[in-house]
Amino acid sequence: MPAQLDFEQIKEKLGIGADKVYGAIGEFDDPEELVEAGRKVREMGYTKIDAMTPFPVHGIDDAIGVPPSKLGWIVVVFSMTGLCIALLLQWFAGAGPLNSLLLRFGLSGYPLMVGGKPFFDLSYSVPVDWELTVLFTAFAAFIGMWALNGLPRLYHPSMNYKNSHRASDDRFLLVIEADDPKFSPAKTAEDLRGVGAREVEVVEG
Amino acid sequence: MSVVVEHDPKLLEVNPPLVAGNPSYHDISERISTIIEPEVGQTPMKYWITLGITASLTVLLGGMLAYLAVTGIGVWGNNRPIGWAWDITNFVFWIGIGHAGTLISAILFLFRQKWRTSINRSAEAMTLFAVMCAGIFPLFHTGRPWRAYWLFPIPNTDHNVWQNFRSPLIWDVFAVSTYFTVSLLFWYTGLVPDLATLRDRAVTKIRQFAFGIFSLGWRGSARHWRHYEAAYLILAGISTPLVLSVHSVVSFDFATSVIPGWHTTIFPPYFVAGAIFSGFACVMTLLLIARWTLNLQDLITMKHLENMNKIILVTGSIVGYAYCTEFFIAWYSGNIYERFTFLNRAFGPYWWAAWSMYTCNVFIPQLYWFKKMRTNLWVMFIISITTNIGMWFERFVIIATSLTRDFLPTSWWFYHPTYVDICTFLGTIGLFLSLFLVFARFLPLIAMSEVKGVRAYEKHAFAAAAGVEKVH
Repeated sequence: MPAQLDFEQIKEKLGIGADKVYGAIGEFDDPEELVEAGRKVREMGYTKIDAMTPFPVHGIDDAIGVPPSKLGWIVVVFSMTGLCIALLLQWFAGAGPLNSLLLRFGLSGYPLMVGGKPFFDLSYSVPVDWELTVLFTAFAAFIGMWALNGLPRLYHPSMNYKNSHRASDDRFLLVIEADDPKFSPAKTAEDLRGVGAREVEVVEG
Repeated sequence: MSVVVEHDPKLLEVNPPLVAGNPSYHDISERISTIIEPEVGQTPMKYWITLGITASLTVLLGGMLAYLAVTGIGVWGNNRPIGWAWDITNFVFWIGIGHAGTLISAILFLFRQKWRTSINRSAEAMTLFAVMCAGIFPLFHTGRPWRAYWLFPIPNTDHNVWQNFRSPLIWDVFAVSTYFTVSLLFWYTGLVPDLATLRDRAVTKIRQFAFGIFSLGWRGSARHWRHYEAAYLILAGISTPLVLSVHSVVSFDFATSVIPGWHTTIFPPYFVAGAIFSGFACVMTLLLIARWTLNLQDLITMKHLENMNKIILVTGSIVGYAYCTEFFIAWYSGNIYERFTFLNRAFGPYWWAAWSMYTCNVFIPQLYWFKKMRTNLWVMFIISITTNIGMWFERFVIIATSLTRDFLPTSWWFYHPTYVDICTFLGTIGLFLSLFLVFARFLPLIAMSEVKGVRAYEKHAFAAAAGVEKVH
């Protein structure tokens, strides 16, 4: 007999419910209006501001205070890892400990003798070093970007906004989130209207 | 550019807007999405007929490869001393074509060339499909494609030997597989915001589900865009040297050997220039067809086409310069084998292949010095095709003339392709076109979010000329 699920409790835990508010969303027609409104809203003292736009709007980061991406630092670490792996791989395959150890006992670890060339040398390792560095960099940038963005995810409260589907088309949304200390549904909606939003809605989360 | 145009609208003739017709952002979504949104049943019959032809060629490819796999590579015309023939020619040909995609998406991005936005998506897709076609040839040339994992440093008990990392052939494995993977990641990253647009427009359950999954929950948050742009910049920054390195590594396959005509230091830059040359020509062929059949004249403008033609002219001339350098060095080196090889190229049994290559790659693109020629659709369509014919011959000439006439006259020979060689090559063309057709039917051919970004920029730049009220 499975235990009865207490949906109310689960909703409470996940933060889902009629009384939960995600934030107030204001809608704009133009990226310039959005940046201007974002700057004004920030001057009013709001701190938890976000924007949703169909393409990267330049100037919005400074206007609403989005910090620079730290992705570059993550990627550098993985690039160096890729380089080290490439060097280790080629050294191990040609002149690694297994080979030298086995050879000492007269056994063959099968290091390939080709034209009397050394079993490992930096000069010939360059192409593979480079390619693995690139491969790791690309994966770090790709996976790191999604991780920093908290994606993939199936649901986000901003989807409750009636025109959220137009944020990927031709509308520019300015969001003031409910966990902003200055947030109060009526006042914030009024402020968004005040900075020129054509539509404003307080969205449930 | 834009500032100048504001002061002198006459300059619009020289620097026209990249998005014609003054569309709104919604128009751009509508324009590009409606191409792929009709139900499968509503696709025009001419699409199915074209796909039928290319898919038949793909089936032919499958048949030829199966025949080869059960028989052995003796079904190709390769034989001593021509160990490499059509297979490696085709490999280098397809890899070369792939280079334009990354060049357009990465190098032109770093140089802030806004005209890349209308063409980068299709060029990147073309890269992926071309590299797939390229991979088939070395894979089957191994004779036992089911042992392909031997190419990678995977510990296994089949044999206790590691790969020989002193060989350029293993560098090639790393270069080509890295290139494919990075191109795929780059292409998909660029695609996600557009998939989100399609998800938000989707009306059928299947489309909502598919685009919903593949758009990864993208919602265009300012924080997302900030990380996204950082990732895009990193991918572009790393792809730029990558694209230059891949064809350099391919050229090492030849340049590190001792065969006259191959053993030259000019090969890496010469191969890279040739690759970009042929790749741009291939993008041009596909875009001209797409522009014509899908009526994309306002998004792929004459300005885009003309810029591409200028790159074709530059890279074609670099290739021509490399040909001259090769001849000069052959003479200047005083090496009798080297001299013989180059005289044999131009006047030996393969003279027709060599002169086709000189004509198509060096002489014909010189027409692009004239603006009339650069802006004539028929001229550019024909040149885009002759360029790729020329570049195929270039690889064939390099491989066949050097191998059929090496040091020992007793081992001289003349190479003939078999029908399997010919059908396999035709089959890869079929595979390439089929993949491109399927892509053009189901995924956005033009990067919507990027075109909107350019549009936002041009709204200011061309405000006066386009009769739009200035926003500031």
